[in-house]
Amino acid sequence: MTARQLFLPNHHPSDALLVAYGAGSLGEGLSLAVAVHLAHCPDCRATLAEVEALGGALLEDLPPAPLESLSLSATLDRLDREEAPGNPCKAMRMRPRCSRPAAPSPPAPSLPGPLRAYVPSLEDLSWQRLAPGVRRVELLPRTASGGAAQLLRIAPGTALPHHGHGGLELTVVLSGHFADELGRYGPGDLAEVDGDTNHQPIADSHRDCVCLIATDAPLRFTGLMGRLMQPFIGL
Amino acid sequence: MIAPLASLLTHAAGADRTPDPAAARLAADQSADLIAVAAGDRAAFARLFAHFAPRVKAYMLKLGMPGQRAEDLAQDTMLSVWRKAALYDPAKAEAATWVFTIARNLRIDMLRRERHPEVSDDELLEHEDDRPRADDVLDGDRRARRLRGALASLTPEQAEVVQLSFFADLAHPAIAERLDVPLGTVKSRLRLAMAKIRKALGDDDQ
Repeated sequence: MTARQLFLPNHHPSDALLVAYGAGSLGEGLSLAVAVHLAHCPDCRATLAEVEALGGALLEDLPPAPLESLSLSATLDRLDREEAPGNPCKAMRMRPRCSRPAAPSPPAPSLPGPLRAYVPSLEDLSWQRLAPGVRRVELLPRTASGGAAQLLRIAPGTALPHHGHGGLELTVVLSGHFADELGRYGPGDLAEVDGDTNHQPIADSHRDCVCLIATDAPLRFTGLMGRLMQPFIGL
Repeated sequence: MIAPLASLLTHAAGADRTPDPAAARLAADQSADLIAVAAGDRAAFARLFAHFAPRVKAYMLKLGMPGQRAEDLAQDTMLSVWRKAALYDPAKAEAATWVFTIARNLRIDMLRRERHPEVSDDELLEHEDDRPRADDVLDGDRRARRLRGALASLTPEQAEVVQLSFFADLAHPAIAERLDVPLGTVKSRLRLAMAKIRKALGDDDQ
């Protein structure tokens, strides 16, 4: 055990949520929230490995579906084209770790890996004032599967009224802390709130609390986001 | 669009299955083939294709994808296997697990035009995982055998929610509605199923 492990997250996604993430049935925003937690949490990465092993075993067990007659040769033809001399994809295959698009600039050290594809750094964002003590950046205003994700920056001591609602809402802390009836949440901690949960988070440290909030439906003005936005959209 | 429940459950009632020693040997062969593919071995690729492409296609068909797209996605998956073979680490996952994650991500990309945000091994934050890795505890063959045993030990209700989670592309509330049980029941069945998987894979002794 190293000293750094004192900072491992205390609040984790449920097994059911990790199964949904691993099965690929969560929308992009919810998946992003889970991935940010995973970046902090070796235990949940171990659980995810088990979920994916389960997916592999289920794949193994499927009765094979007949392929088109030229399926293999069509694939080999495509492979030949990739392997042709002068094709840059050849180099891509032999050194696959270089195949990902290079990050445009060195990532901010504090930003979890999965978030880097979405924002350059927490400092360079144009935060939009949403309510006293609360600023927001829309990350995924509306994903193809209907979810949404935003970053909130909450000033110390700001309480966020919350009520129960029908959908799934995931909050993962990026910096600072907030507290609710279930405990205190710091970097990497994930709060999973669905239909039957009710909580009132309060940013409780001496610095801003920055968190990522993802929901499974857009523009459903319920939950944390809804209460924050209602005064501004006239509901 | 959504496959009928009955077809999803064909394989759900797995309680009578017993772990298959041949399956474990197969897993080791597949890992060896993937490593050979990383070195450019096309015969190994053809073997993996013959095994996995029809299963990836079946996986996509189960998820309600039309035949031609399922075929395309199976081919794309195998092409990705060829390209990324050098990334495969046999100590960390079965070949089937690895192929599953590739197919899953390509499907999300193709169908929803979305990404599946993930953590790559080389960008882990702050904490190095210094626990023994799964391969130190359990080699690949034993892992495959134990996983099959755990799958076979799921109750029909647990197997059903596992199948629906992987093959119906439904959120948990929709699964609950479909089975006419409370949301909490779906989540607790998944928790119990994962507890069995975890126990079987030897991760229960921490």
